[in-house]
Amino acid sequence: MRYLPHTETERGEMLAAIGVAHIDELFAGVPTGSMPRELFGPSTHKGEAEVERIMSAMAAKNTTAGSVPFFLGGGAYRHHIPAAVDHLIQRSEFLTSYTPYQPEISQGTLQMLFEFQTQVALLTGMDAANASMYDGASACAEAVMMANRVTRRKKAILSGGLHPQYREATVTQSHYTEFEVHAAPQNPLEAEDLAALIDDQTSCVVVQNPDFFGRIKDLKKIAGACHALGALLIVAVAEVVSLGALASPGEMGADIVIGEGQSLGNPLGFGGPYLGLFAARSKFVRQMPGRLCGETVDQDGARGFVLTLSTREQHIRREKATSNICTNSGLCALAFSIHLTLLGEVGLTRLARLNHANAVKLADRVDGIGGAEVINDTFFNEFTLRLPQPAEQVANELTARGVLGGIPVSRLYPGEAALENLLLVTATELTMEDDIEALAGALNRVLA
Amino acid sequence: MTDKKYSREHEWIKLEGEVATIGISNYAQEQMGDVVFVELPAVETTLEAGSEAAVVESVKAASEVYAPVSGEVIEINGELEENPGAVNEDAEGEGWFMKIQLDDLNELEQLMDAEAYAAYVASLD
Amino acid sequence: MTEITTHSGHRGLDMAEPLIFEQGASGRSGVDWPEVELRNSRIGAAARKRSIGLPGLSEPEAVRHYVRLSQKNYAIDLGLYPLGSCTMKHNPRLNEKVARLPGFADIHPLQPMSTVQGALEMIDTLASWLKGLTGFDSIAMSPAAGAHGELCGLMTIRAALEAMGNARERVLVPDSAHGTNPATAALCGYRIDAVPSNERGRIDKAALLEKLGPDVAAIMLTNPNTCGLFEEDIVEIAEAVHAAGAYFYCDGANFNALVGKVRPGDLGIDAMHLNLHKTFSTPHGGGGPGAGPVVMTAELGRFAPLPHVIKSDDGYTIVEHNAGEGDRATNHLGRMRSFHGQAGVFVRALTYILSHGSDGLRKISEDAVLNANYIAARLKDDLSVPYPGPYMHEVLFDDTFLNGTDVTTLDFAKAMIDEGYHPATIYFPLVVHGALLTEPTESESKQSLDQFIETLKALAADAKSGKAEMFKNAPVLTPVRRLDETRAARQPVLRWRPAALPEAAE
Repeated sequence: MRYLPHTETERGEMLAAIGVAHIDELFAGVPTGSMPRELFGPSTHKGEAEVERIMSAMAAKNTTAGSVPFFLGGGAYRHHIPAAVDHLIQRSEFLTSYTPYQPEISQGTLQMLFEFQTQVALLTGMDAANASMYDGASACAEAVMMANRVTRRKKAILSGGLHPQYREATVTQSHYTEFEVHAAPQNPLEAEDLAALIDDQTSCVVVQNPDFFGRIKDLKKIAGACHALGALLIVAVAEVVSLGALASPGEMGADIVIGEGQSLGNPLGFGGPYLGLFAARSKFVRQMPGRLCGETVDQDGARGFVLTLSTREQHIRREKATSNICTNSGLCALAFSIHLTLLGEVGLTRLARLNHANAVKLADRVDGIGGAEVINDTFFNEFTLRLPQPAEQVANELTARGVLGGIPVSRLYPGEAALENLLLVTATELTMEDDIEALAGALNRVLA
Repeated sequence: MTDKKYSREHEWIKLEGEVATIGISNYAQEQMGDVVFVELPAVETTLEAGSEAAVVESVKAASEVYAPVSGEVIEINGELEENPGAVNEDAEGEGWFMKIQLDDLNELEQLMDAEAYAAYVASLD
Repeated sequence: MTEITTHSGHRGLDMAEPLIFEQGASGRSGVDWPEVELRNSRIGAAARKRSIGLPGLSEPEAVRHYVRLSQKNYAIDLGLYPLGSCTMKHNPRLNEKVARLPGFADIHPLQPMSTVQGALEMIDTLASWLKGLTGFDSIAMSPAAGAHGELCGLMTIRAALEAMGNARERVLVPDSAHGTNPATAALCGYRIDAVPSNERGRIDKAALLEKLGPDVAAIMLTNPNTCGLFEEDIVEIAEAVHAAGAYFYCDGANFNALVGKVRPGDLGIDAMHLNLHKTFSTPHGGGGPGAGPVVMTAELGRFAPLPHVIKSDDGYTIVEHNAGEGDRATNHLGRMRSFHGQAGVFVRALTYILSHGSDGLRKISEDAVLNANYIAARLKDDLSVPYPGPYMHEVLFDDTFLNGTDVTTLDFAKAMIDEGYHPATIYFPLVVHGALLTEPTESESKQSLDQFIETLKALAADAKSGKAEMFKNAPVLTPVRRLDETRAARQPVLRWRPAALPEAAE
């Protein structure tokens, strides 16, 4: 076995040094009797070539996004990843290191995290960000719990425009930590009046921008309504590239910003691992979940970085910790940070404009085909198309014609009649004219 | 020194009229190491003897501070927010945590005087 | 040691590297995207008007920055990483290669299921292996890490108890447990009741039995425990827990000691998470991503969070929603995250499992246990072991051997750094004084272990021969020396700010 160095002779020598005759003596007290010698038949270890053949055969059964005209988003976006990103994150010193508990030999990871925290703070318009969470949905649940701690209130209001999986993750959590969730109806065709739902027991209002249906909102008004009654405004950002074109949530009055960072540096990867972003105003820092990296000096006065404010965390505070999170998404945060460093202000701004320009082109092209209608007044790179028939059926027919044309909203909201005909459609910088024409042509035939 | 009382959880308490000033003992501060943060209760909080009143944190540990007596918090030491190191420098003086309007002066009877506390601490080592 | 200063600030291969915010020039970029004109913007009133403040670096500047940073990190690929409880084993590069196949990396989680049959097959195949290795009938694949898995397991247990009409109130957690255990139980609304360890480093069975009662929801036990010892009374404990109507949750962080040797499902455990980034070698990446699937009994499986993959004659389907309100067959507690789990981590773990096969997996645990016991046998007279062996995959030392030397566990760990080793896990578990929890893993050769052992023997001798000063000063051969953590915590600086701008008002 290529990963196991010992020869049988060495194993024998080591057993002798320990003073036992057989490896089984070291498992004395472990009831090993019931373990079958073979699992799944006489499956033995395999060489690289054979394993690669088996795994490649599985991979080949999937239709890759890059092989067809592709328009899916809904919280996971297909962007170009610069070649340098994947090369750098595979550097052994990043890939095969652990959480930086020994700062003297972890300055690479720690400085990167400090830069990542700064980048996220700048993008979101917040004072501080943590070193990442699992993904956007779990970050959302953690943000609501944090708002409950800060305000000592237990009623969260979730906008109907919040990604349904973020909402579900939050609702799941609310059941066990006993806070109330008031979810506004999710019909995008009806206006929602979140301000009317806020009262003096409200801990927070969670609003996604752009929302799940792609619409962009100016959040200043809802921020004002929250603050007037002592509630916090939590803004969720599922498509982080949008921040290259939109005013930051902080500028619009957010108190906590959570997001999904996959769009920068991380592949679609069938939904994970992704990167939860978590940022807040500085007065709430001690209530934040997750790891924080901070600047300090070493005993010679040189600048260095350490994990700090650890007393919030489970390994010290145990049952009184702000969260149970331990492992986060370090390598995904590195990919995000490298991609954003490569882009810089100019690159991110251009990337965001390109996304928007392509989405505008796409919306103009498909609006009106066979009775399809773009329902958004505003959008960034994703919008909602109302079809004259159930969207799932249309999406399947598009697939049959070789086009991955969008996400039927019913995939996330099954059984909601008002949402049945809605299709979420996304364009990014990777969407070409030919792709747009392919979708338009296929839609024409499917809706004819 | 003689006017201070001490609890088994290493809080000190100093009475002036019905107002008690509370902090952690010099022994406790030595055990904690560098204090980096003190979380204090809001003014007007009502505390019961034995309930959690504050949290004092070092780099690697967080310890609850329990109210040695019952009463209402009437003042907190805001200086500690800027300078938590005051707890290390002068735990039983400038490093005080809060002032409490006492409910029941008799509760003080349960506490140790300086001499008894010194003996108690000696028994811990 | 003579202090060496250079004009550049670099020291040979150790490059001084400023923050990205202190480099580059505005207007520069490392990516060429065209400037497009927006004729009919649909962004509306919320369009960005101010600059963000991101620096501009070209590709060579950015690449050099991250390469320089990388060289300030210790890594498994660089040397022995005996961080107890973390299982820092070799990360095979085949796993990375396979995870980057477009058929896994370039597929969207919400594509029609007909277009991702291979990905669903991959998840289902891994799920079958994990269930087979642990002896359970059900699995929840979506948790993102070990602690997330614990949360999944405890929420599932609570859902099952609630379905029986009483969620109960207490969760029993040994005092040697990982901090995530009590934190998780608290997140599920339970009160934590700590169970002491006995003089043999195991849970005090009598104390445990006494604490059991009708208000106990579950016990959370790590096995092997955090002292690197097998809880031999586990079957008896499981029986008592079940007799009290409670569930037995096992923290599977230390499964590397048992894989292929014993199935936890055979021992009476009801649910257990697996850290794929430990036992199944997916890279730790400087602190994640991990994956924490939870194996469980069929009874609990009915309440496990969504989604889950099912196989039928028509192929694979991923179930993303409960069938309906009050449906006993699909009474799942909901979703804990977006999409389907850490698919990219699954690919790596499955590749690792297929490489080993069932015979190779058994060899993993045997070699891991052999290595830990070899270290223990050869160091027990130089360092100090609080509990007698045999040990499982890790050995716990305490600081008795440093008594009277003025050297602390921390000092000893820092001296290991100068010797080119990552220290063991220090000051954990809390049940012994000055712990050094040492886990070599199966990846180390005998030569590597011998060199490590000789180094530790020499360091122990140094400590005992009055060289405390050397330990107090360590490390000296690192890019930075001991850092002022008090300052970092008293005045937190959590981000870079431009010098010209004042701190935002608080």
